[in-house]
Amino acid sequence: MSRFFSWLSIFAVMSQQRKAVALISGGLDSMLATKAIMEQGVHVEGINFFTGFCVEGHTHAIRKQDSDKPKRNNSLWVAEQLGIKLHIIDIIEEYKQVLLNPKHGYGANMNPCLDCKIFMVNKAKQWMAENGFDFIITGEVVGQRPMSQRKQTMPIVAAESGADDLLVRPLSAQNLPATLPEREGWISRDKMFGFSGRSRKPQMALAKEYGFADYAQPAGGCCFLTDEAYSHKLVDLWQARGKRDYDLDDVMLLKVGRHIRPKPNFKIIVAREDGEARFMSGYKKEFISMNCASHRGPLVLIDGTPSEEDLLLAGQITARYGQGRDAEQVEVTIRDQQGVERNVFVKPLLAEQIPEEWFV
Amino acid sequence: MTREVLNARRLLCPLPVIRTQDKVKTLQPGDVLAVECTDPGVMQDIPAWCRINGHKVLETRADNGEYVIVLEVV
Repeated sequence: MSRFFSWLSIFAVMSQQRKAVALISGGLDSMLATKAIMEQGVHVEGINFFTGFCVEGHTHAIRKQDSDKPKRNNSLWVAEQLGIKLHIIDIIEEYKQVLLNPKHGYGANMNPCLDCKIFMVNKAKQWMAENGFDFIITGEVVGQRPMSQRKQTMPIVAAESGADDLLVRPLSAQNLPATLPEREGWISRDKMFGFSGRSRKPQMALAKEYGFADYAQPAGGCCFLTDEAYSHKLVDLWQARGKRDYDLDDVMLLKVGRHIRPKPNFKIIVAREDGEARFMSGYKKEFISMNCASHRGPLVLIDGTPSEEDLLLAGQITARYGQGRDAEQVEVTIRDQQGVERNVFVKPLLAEQIPEEWFV
Repeated sequence: MTREVLNARRLLCPLPVIRTQDKVKTLQPGDVLAVECTDPGVMQDIPAWCRINGHKVLETRADNGEYVIVLEVV
């Protein structure tokens, strides 16, 4: 009888459904990688990390020009298509060390892609241990990206994240050494793939095979740090403050408005759309703000330590972006952080009076 | 059953979803949570998060730049 129960317990262990956590970016690759493992009977849940710099989300949705894009979070949408749970984790604070001190350096802009991938896989490993999961899935493809997804860097991600052979890349598995889940027979190598290179054709064919007709195709990655203009604004912020640091409000405000720095000690942020103005109006208690009183015009925030003369210059720029730009004089309301308002009269700057180098 | 209100104003997606997710972890089945936001994207995302996690959306409303999603924890 006791032998029967011991065989039963061995059978129970052998037939135990394995659990994997998938890094879900919202793009096609992680969607396919997850599906490939789900097809093998593994229970999969998704994890998505929010660094603050994610293009994903609705930063663009507040701008009218992007209103034709679906206002959805693609990682949530992917999870729903796959029928899996998704855990979205706020890593804004911890991510600072990755961005400020990347061991492997930056890519073309301020993107620390390799350190970022190592960090996220390490976080997924911690989550896996805390939640009783067995291994990690990513949508990485050998040779897909110039920094973090090269043949030479993929073992670095596995090793430095500490995930080692618990990290499975189903789309490129056949190009990589066998992982523990393969060796243990939890998943079959034959049911994974040997994709490599920058071509998207194999992924698109697999998407068709799986019946995925709709999927996000982010151009230039999913992170603002790969964006040249955004990176420039971030570096400008650090230079102006004399230290490399940031908080979430900094990160958010760099995503919206037209940024103009007439002098090192202050910068003005001009709303370009009603949606941006609505979003920026939430910062009136943190920044001096301005808007045209005599004409229609944008909301403007002033970042830094402007003098009275600087505020008048900011008022002239504010007037430049309002409907009174051709008027002799525009009345501008200046509002301090306590909400105390005063009005000044300024002559709007001409376009040629705003040098190109002021635009951040 | 309790009724709670979560202020997620001024946050851009996915932060309202993250705050909702974290708040729901502290609630019990049957509890009701009203999430108040200013990002219009929440009208898609919080219901999607609820569908994925099996919670019930009782009401969504938009009024003059404010968006409120009322959900019941299941």
